[in-house]
Amino acid sequence: MMLTTTILFYVFSAILLVSALLVITARNPVYSALYLVLAFFNAAALFLLLGAEFLGLILILVYVGAVMVLFLFVVMMLDINLERLKEGFLRYLPLGLAIAIVGVLEMVAVFWTAPIGRVPAPGPIPANADNTRALGELLYTHYLYPFEIAAVILLVAIIAAIALTLRRRPDTKSQAVGKQVAVAVRERLRMVDLRGPKP
Amino acid sequence: MLFFAQIVAMFVTLLVLLGIAGFLVFAERRVLGLLQNRLGPNRLGPLGVGQALADALKLLCKEDFVPPFASGLLYRTAPILVAFSALAGFAVLPLAPGISWAGDWEIGLLLILALSSLHVYGVFLGGWSSNNKFALYGAIRAVAQLISYELPMGLALLALVLLAGSLALQGLGAAGQPVPLIVYQPLGFLIFFIAGIAETQRLPFDLAEAESELVAGYHTEYGGMRFGYFFLGEYLGLVLIAALISLLYLGAWSGPWLPGWLWMLLKTGFVIGIFFWLRASLPRPRYDQLLHWGWNALLPLAILNLLLTAIAAALWGTL
Repeated sequence: MMLTTTILFYVFSAILLVSALLVITARNPVYSALYLVLAFFNAAALFLLLGAEFLGLILILVYVGAVMVLFLFVVMMLDINLERLKEGFLRYLPLGLAIAIVGVLEMVAVFWTAPIGRVPAPGPIPANADNTRALGELLYTHYLYPFEIAAVILLVAIIAAIALTLRRRPDTKSQAVGKQVAVAVRERLRMVDLRGPKP
Repeated sequence: MLFFAQIVAMFVTLLVLLGIAGFLVFAERRVLGLLQNRLGPNRLGPLGVGQALADALKLLCKEDFVPPFASGLLYRTAPILVAFSALAGFAVLPLAPGISWAGDWEIGLLLILALSSLHVYGVFLGGWSSNNKFALYGAIRAVAQLISYELPMGLALLALVLLAGSLALQGLGAAGQPVPLIVYQPLGFLIFFIAGIAETQRLPFDLAEAESELVAGYHTEYGGMRFGYFFLGEYLGLVLIAALISLLYLGAWSGPWLPGWLWMLLKTGFVIGIFFWLRASLPRPRYDQLLHWGWNALLPLAILNLLLTAIAAALWGTL
């Protein structure tokens, strides 16, 4: 059983790493997005192996089911010019490298202070553990305020995003469905008496 | 030994499900014939039941064809994704307490929602990789429709979970035991029902493959068994949604005299019958009306339903 889990872990991690690499090397943006979806699936599988089922499925629901679908929706309809995107690659290269080095150093620092071997192994999981319930109880008691603040920040972000993209365009014509439905017969139909005078 | 027995049993379950899907295609054609005052397929076997087998045989024997302009790998993957996402959902669906593969898995409901988001990818890839404008339009429509109706569906389910206090399908079914949950959640039932039809992309919500506008929508370029997979996915999705409706809202396996699993099957069959009836009766809405209805009517209603349920649960407690 332990061996199977280990093998599965390495299989999923390998696919995860390869697909993450392919996200940035794929030439077609649609393929890039699809490789990212594959990476999310493998990350979810890793969560499942850890026994964190809720996190794994939420990862799929939120990132695969909502975020990446919207991404693909936009990418699919755009005719993206790769030459334009590659313009200025050399100019931004030093900055990109600097950021990458900082990121790598940060990760090294984290591993230095807590090497992988010394991270305590998770304790045995109790027989009828329900990690959805456990997460919920922790979020709504101990971490209530951070949770609520995060929710408010997300709400503000949603409103800001809508406010940024919502613009009234007076020159376009569209139908007001409510008005169409609310129309009564007498507003549209006038009965005219067409009987002529008697000869 | 037990391991192999389980694998064989899973295989049998798969075959039964495929058989049900094939039979439903035939049943729908007969029922539609009845409702539209014509005959429908009645030649092969008693009442024409053999038609289901003949159709399956025809699809299997057709040439396996990939258009030269399609992007091959994705074109081949898409139908399998659709069929898989519909089939895998049955793993967590209980027929009665104890009769299921993983009905007591604590987050079975989330698995079904996650699989329905996988379904979106099958449809999207099928339309996009075909490299055909009708297929692309079909895929755009399908994706927009599926993500718009997933929200009210999820919110309706959330109200249900709030009442039942469980994410396992068996627990949700048990919550509706003496009294079916439709009594507590009439609005949620309507929302789930409508969103469920939209998720399976059946008439009146089949804008993604509207024959009169888009040839066949996202599977325009597909033929043979690859098309068969899409078809299979559609009908299995129909069975899954009908089974979910009867499990979550119609009291699952409760009923007098007959054994529980039979009641569950009967209720599912009843809901599928209503789906056929709706298909025969309702016209297809315009595309903007469809999205308008989803975002401006169904979503606020679902939020209202959730709020009311939360208030009621705070006042009088949950089940």
